[in-house]
Amino acid sequence: MRKEFSCWLESIAQTRNELIVLTGDLGFMALEGVAQRLEKRFVNVGVSEQNMMSMAAALAHEGMTPLCYSIAPFAVFRPAEQIRLDICLHNKNVKIVGNGGGYGYGIMGATHHAIEDLAMLSSFQNMICYIPFHNGDVASVSDAMLAYNGPSYLRLGFGILPEGITLPPYSSIRKIASGKIWTVLGVGPVVLNALRATQELSGGADVFVVSELPCQELSEDFIESLRRTGKVLVVEEHVERGGLAEWLCLKLLKAGLHPQVQHQCAKGYPDKLYGSQVFHQKQSRLDEKHLLTLMRQNHE
Amino acid sequence: MIRSNSLMSRPLPSNELKKIQQNCRGTLLSLYKKANAGHIGASLSCLEILIYLFFRHKQASDYVILSKGHAAAALYVVLAAAGEISKEELQTFYVDGTRLAAHPPCSGAFPSIPFGTGSLGHGLSLAVGLVFSQRYTGKEFQVYCILSDGDCNEGSTWEAALFAGHHCLSNLTVIIDANGLQGFGRSEDVLNMEPWEKKWESFGFKVHSVANGNSFESLEEEFTWDLKDQGGSGPRCFIAKTTKGHGVSYMENKMEWHYLPMSDEQYQIALRDLGLDHA
Repeated sequence: MRKEFSCWLESIAQTRNELIVLTGDLGFMALEGVAQRLEKRFVNVGVSEQNMMSMAAALAHEGMTPLCYSIAPFAVFRPAEQIRLDICLHNKNVKIVGNGGGYGYGIMGATHHAIEDLAMLSSFQNMICYIPFHNGDVASVSDAMLAYNGPSYLRLGFGILPEGITLPPYSSIRKIASGKIWTVLGVGPVVLNALRATQELSGGADVFVVSELPCQELSEDFIESLRRTGKVLVVEEHVERGGLAEWLCLKLLKAGLHPQVQHQCAKGYPDKLYGSQVFHQKQSRLDEKHLLTLMRQNHE
Repeated sequence: MIRSNSLMSRPLPSNELKKIQQNCRGTLLSLYKKANAGHIGASLSCLEILIYLFFRHKQASDYVILSKGHAAAALYVVLAAAGEISKEELQTFYVDGTRLAAHPPCSGAFPSIPFGTGSLGHGLSLAVGLVFSQRYTGKEFQVYCILSDGDCNEGSTWEAALFAGHHCLSNLTVIIDANGLQGFGRSEDVLNMEPWEKKWESFGFKVHSVANGNSFESLEEEFTWDLKDQGGSGPRCFIAKTTKGHGVSYMENKMEWHYLPMSDEQYQIALRDLGLDHA
């Protein structure tokens, strides 16, 4: 998605003079065009993510809109305190862009994965996490992020939307497929695995994708789907604690809804083995085959 | 951008600054006593630096970032003396519902406190960001950042210093309140920062050593010398040798006065030591 992000940024940079892009020395083969278009508003601050985030807070204080780019783990965890204090507590309009959320950097190993990012950042005051669903979704999600005047995190990944599916206009929860047997809710490109699984499922499923965390409310069509199917599968390339499923369950309890809940999430490194993003998804049973099996086994 | 040198034409108003100093010391001690709170030594260490900046050196549009946020009370009493915080509000220090916590607020409630601080190692990056913004906004102001010994242990401080030196941030002034003590020991024993001057010079700063950072005359000497020397560009760093608990006999150079509150008897001794017992 980083190329789509770069294209989006290049397309708006000329008319948004308050934008400034800071990078923690990453962006090879992606941000060159942005650097060329933004000229002196593109600054490589070096491998110094802590300084980048505090500086961004100060730049925002002076009326600019900084976008801080790195790969997701480096953008989030190393400078966590700078994000929490200088950006979030002060409610500064800083956009943090992390490429390769979840297991996105695959064989690069655990240091390069970000499977706890949404839990941490969505707990920070004023912070909203934006998660595109597929590559073609980046521009609309980025527009939504830019429209929010406050701390934001854009979690980029990789995903190709199958032909024949058209997304509705942007909202924090969108329905992307219809069916009868299950309700599926997910976040990020891993929902594409669930989508393919539901296409193999007799009777199909309603599939919803969440693009903002914390999400404010459950949508009416989602609640209607839950009441009808009586069960929900939550899919996220993120650890269980602090993720989408925990948020959903609290919402359901508060709303007096008690569907059957199944949850597939990132399990970390259960065998202490490493591989591609697909490998890690399989290890966590987030792949299409396992999701299909789970939905079949739990359908009465 | 060339910094204003209008100061050079005005003599140091020593008596006026010393009156403010006495006023601030008295208020500071009474606030700490009433709150039964610590961080007194840290506040007395940098009080003169703050007074010098706010009443002698800085312009209205300039920023002061107190990276050593644990000395917030010193900042509050100086802002009160400058009329930015009312005497009534000052008395809410440490009281439930106050806007004046033990560390500077993140609320943006006071124009002279753009950022809350308290976790060490944030101030210089914030200061660097403010100065760097001028390259895009066209605004012109100075940013003064007060660091503690402990601040200079933090890696993020040196990330910011690298950036400031690399980008020749001429409107940035770092002032190190170098009292030689930090959270749990003497700096020379915990993490020796010497040679201070060479460290900052190697990061691209023009370095000034202030022999006595608790003396207005000593601060004036180095700041005036700096203003006269407009030849170079880039950030500057004033390494101000200060005394923790300055002026109070039993507090001076004692680590424990980072933490302890004063007993009634200690409060009276402190007032006497500072010549405030008849005020």
